[in-house]
Amino acid sequence: MAANIKPRVKVPGTAKAGEAITIKTLISHPMESGQRKDRKTGELIPRKIINKFVATFNGELAFSADLLPAVAANPYIEFVVAVPESGIMRFEWTDDDGSVYDIEKKITVA
Amino acid sequence: MKTLVALSLAATLALSAGQAFAGEDSELVIDGETFVTKLDAPADSPLAEIISGWRFRSNETQELQTDDFENPAMIFAEYGEELWSRVDGAEGKSCADCHGDASESMKGLRASMPKWHEGKATLFTLEDHINWSREEHQKAEPWKWESQEMLAMTSYIGLQSRGMPVNVATDGPVAEWYEKGKELYYTRVGQLDMACANCHETNYGNMIRADHLSQGQTNGFPVYRMKWQGMGSIHRRFKGCMDNIRATPYKRGSDEFTALELYLASRGQGLSVETPSLRN
Amino acid sequence: MKLSRRDLFALAAGLGAAGLIKLPAYASDDAVEAAIKKFAGGMPKTGGVDISAPEIAENGNTVPIEVSAAGATSIMLLAAGNPNPGVGTFHFTKMNPESRASTRIRLAKTQDVVAVAKMADGSTAMARREIKVTIGGCGG
Repeated sequence: MAANIKPRVKVPGTAKAGEAITIKTLISHPMESGQRKDRKTGELIPRKIINKFVATFNGELAFSADLLPAVAANPYIEFVVAVPESGIMRFEWTDDDGSVYDIEKKITVA
Repeated sequence: MKTLVALSLAATLALSAGQAFAGEDSELVIDGETFVTKLDAPADSPLAEIISGWRFRSNETQELQTDDFENPAMIFAEYGEELWSRVDGAEGKSCADCHGDASESMKGLRASMPKWHEGKATLFTLEDHINWSREEHQKAEPWKWESQEMLAMTSYIGLQSRGMPVNVATDGPVAEWYEKGKELYYTRVGQLDMACANCHETNYGNMIRADHLSQGQTNGFPVYRMKWQGMGSIHRRFKGCMDNIRATPYKRGSDEFTALELYLASRGQGLSVETPSLRN
Repeated sequence: MKLSRRDLFALAAGLGAAGLIKLPAYASDDAVEAAIKKFAGGMPKTGGVDISAPEIAENGNTVPIEVSAAGATSIMLLAAGNPNPGVGTFHFTKMNPESRASTRIRLAKTQDVVAVAKMADGSTAMARREIKVTIGGCGG
């Protein structure tokens, strides 16, 4: 789905202060490993993967991951956070080609 | 040669008999809704029970389909939703301009596919319907059968029938298509000289090497296959099966595959539509 | 010259034996050990890291896996039997009440996956777990 790289995240809209909440993220991306050959030309298809994932909360680093070609297509990452106050959770995925895909979600701490 | 193949097939199956799969008795529940993945077959069916391919998968694979966020097939349905309201073609129209809210206008369509098309006087798959509408109403280029756009649109339209029972018509003008599909299902082809029935009717539930044979039901298509790491159409799966038995596959969208699609859908009457589903 | 299938097989076998054709290469134990040492600064003790994954993966292209280690600041995941062992590294912060993360990975064959954790106090730990990858009967 090279033409349609799109991030999705599942974040609870509300939480208690300090409560452990599960964050699920997924981006549509082929994660081209650089080891496959084009069936027609026989040439190696160049590597093109999401190599970095970063989550911040109100501008502060909350979680990150370095990814290699052994991560499956449409990379899925799930982790746990606890936030002290209401704010914006921001997610960024960095592509080998330099593109950065991002999405933001608000968490309201009641 | 034939004996050898038959022997080795028998040995493979025999070796694996009795290997129960953990997922066989699970129930598919998505968002609190229970799907029909198993039912008694009617008296005239060649099957005793009608079983969705979902039941043949491992617990881990099954689980991924129970959560719309974790199911990667939903990415395609979401892309389809985008395309639904995107203007395309010389008429400057989107699908939504004529068909409005897909959750109303497209509800039930996938469950009745493939279906007779009056205007063209032929049997139409969902892909045929989409391309006909693109050319006729939008004056847009047809999508390629296995393109990301087509898979996204069949996923999105199919999703509007999710949970509804498969209910295809097999009589009237499509009767001869049904008969043709049935004939194809039971005809041995390819170097391995096998028919669909040899695996999917006689041996479902058994292992073929490391794979758990299903009934070859079509109620979840298009599916996200882990092997493909992406989405594929019913006809792509047919082609894969034919390649495996070393037969020359028919083309996607061919009369043969369309007839086979109708016959297979009729063998799954009553199963819940699972589109877009996830398989191994 | 027209080569028959038999000729081609013979040729391929010969070239393979002579090392002229690159046969699929998998990560050597050395490469795995080197990656662990580079990350952890030595060989960590075993234990204190959990790997949760199916015993048998239905398809090696998409294998769900979860790693966790109490108190870890980062966890590196390796697939010891892949052509390149690296899979990825998760970095945790004080905002993560648990050092736990899940993803889906590619495994070329049945093999061990290795998770190495670095703790806040500088200590390291690791775990190893075999995941069987089925070859499929008729992938289609």
